[in-house]
Amino acid sequence: MELIANLALGFQTAVSPMNLVYCLAGALIGTLIGVLPGIGPVQTLAILLPTTFSLPPVSALIMLSGIYYGAQYGGSTTSILVNVPGEASSVVTCLDGYQMARQGRAGAALTISALGSFFAGCFATVVLAVLAVPLSELAFKFGSAEYFSLMVFGLIGSIVLASGSMLKAVGMIILGLLLGMVGTDVTSGVQRFAFGIPELADGIGFVSLAMGLFGICDIINSIEKQEKRDILKQKLTGLWLSMADLKAAAPAVLRGTLCGSLLGILPGGGAILSSFTAYMLEKKCSRNPESFGKGNIRGVAAPESANNAAAQTSFVPLLTLGIPPNVVLAMMAGAMMIHGIQPGPRVITSNPDLFWGVIVSMWVGNAILVLLNLPLVGIWVRLLSVPFRLLYPAILVFCCIGLYSVNNNTFDIGLTALCGLLGYILHKLECEPAPLILGFILGPMMEENLRRGMLLSRGDPSVFFTRPLSLTFLVLAAAMLVVVALPNIRRGREKAFKEE
Amino acid sequence: MRIRHPKDFLTGVMFVFFGTAAMVLSMGLTIGKAAKMGPGYFPFVLGGFLTALGVLILMRSLLWTAGLHAWPVLHFKPPALVLSSVVLFALLLRPLGLMGATLVLVIVCSRASHEFQWKEAVLNATVLILIVLVVFVYFLEFQVPVWPSFLAPHA
Repeated sequence: MELIANLALGFQTAVSPMNLVYCLAGALIGTLIGVLPGIGPVQTLAILLPTTFSLPPVSALIMLSGIYYGAQYGGSTTSILVNVPGEASSVVTCLDGYQMARQGRAGAALTISALGSFFAGCFATVVLAVLAVPLSELAFKFGSAEYFSLMVFGLIGSIVLASGSMLKAVGMIILGLLLGMVGTDVTSGVQRFAFGIPELADGIGFVSLAMGLFGICDIINSIEKQEKRDILKQKLTGLWLSMADLKAAAPAVLRGTLCGSLLGILPGGGAILSSFTAYMLEKKCSRNPESFGKGNIRGVAAPESANNAAAQTSFVPLLTLGIPPNVVLAMMAGAMMIHGIQPGPRVITSNPDLFWGVIVSMWVGNAILVLLNLPLVGIWVRLLSVPFRLLYPAILVFCCIGLYSVNNNTFDIGLTALCGLLGYILHKLECEPAPLILGFILGPMMEENLRRGMLLSRGDPSVFFTRPLSLTFLVLAAAMLVVVALPNIRRGREKAFKEE
Repeated sequence: MRIRHPKDFLTGVMFVFFGTAAMVLSMGLTIGKAAKMGPGYFPFVLGGFLTALGVLILMRSLLWTAGLHAWPVLHFKPPALVLSSVVLFALLLRPLGLMGATLVLVIVCSRASHEFQWKEAVLNATVLILIVLVVFVYFLEFQVPVWPSFLAPHA
């Protein structure tokens, strides 16, 4: 019953006319940016972060969730229509989605992806609501040692997912942790690594780092590629699904949802892992697996439901434990901190309207996507035919103005260019920026808990191994490292990333 | 000895650079001891880890990598033009105002594309300036100088 009361409170917040407008605006702008090829949810969030800063925290987070879902939906649209995935999580959608589009069934593919996502969203919202209270109560039992170990566990999880060399991913995490140290040290008040620059006293701006590493850097990469896109010329007809399609897709949606909800909660999980897994699972379950990759509707339904379910359940670790399990959620965490809300178990008691409002708004956002974006799909398609050389200057203009508006200074714009340069170098060296962002977000918290933990134990590091919960996290982290390092699994993992 | 894996080699160099920089800079702060860590403790340890990791990756790229791998392919134009257009926007926003800075940003970054055309870029800039004026200046009442400072009426 408490659950229903909580959800009711959420509804009250999310469905207030103002928040509804922000959710709608977020979903629309998110789709608008996310539909651009090569730009996925992470980039979209990075680019649009500043637009939400002038809003009250609840509305800002609701709008950001809207942007996130819109971007994800936009990414699926480009995967299906242009065969260019916005980000890794929609890579799988390309396989069957684009084939369906070539067979003239783009409408059906888009519809099932929206409906599947909506169903997954509804289910995952309930999962999130059910798990949130007990988990955040558990989190209250955590001491510094547990938090530190949990963060180690979370960071190791992000390595498992990074493609390419594991050593490089570890290095990226450490680099991120170090970048997070820039600015005033909370405990002693001393300036660290700020080189006397007053603008760095509060640390490197999260928006600058995120926008540089993802927004600007990806624009440069897209220009470099000079790729020719073959856009589907034929008209989009028939958004309605046939009964046969629906019957084929329904079980796939269900399986995808379950798979995604489960994997989303794990650190390092989230949308990418779950859409891959759901696709594999669907292929395994199928009576004729050879039809996959040739326009099987189940190959669109399962991963699309899974990545949406995972996107939603990955809020569980962020909102209850304060640990962002993947980059997208790291963006959310960054946005929350900018609004003065420390993500973690306290949110649910100190800002219940925010907590439940955001949860319900995810569901509302999904509903808006189905009701509004599906009919608008023609406009999004037309946007795709605008050449990239005209679009990217526009994105850059909005990025720069957005950056200026954060603090009304031009320093942030310059810093972003510097981060863009770093991102470009990292890209050339095949180092993934995702672990860096996670390290950056977790760095200050990790240091604080390490210091406090060691202070309480009088400098005895065994505290991390003698407290059972803390030990559990460390053992799990070690196990994850070992598993990924095993030759067999490593080969399989390399293969999985190659398939992109 | 040959650099068998240039990308790894350069990554190693980068990690060693950032790692040692962190260690050196941390030494200028109070390090403290395990029971009472100063502001330099954690970054010093992290810097140490990063340096060690960098050395490991460096060694691997020189000694233990099978086969020869390619050097990263660099295109100078796109990153240089896009990044400098952003920096120019930052530098010119106050002196040239929003309109001037936007014009420079759009023209410079458009040149990064291999399909650049003057006419198209100028047209694009004009349209974008109009959109910016309507959305940011008129609707969002964005606090920023719009006109170049030498044209603005002196208050």
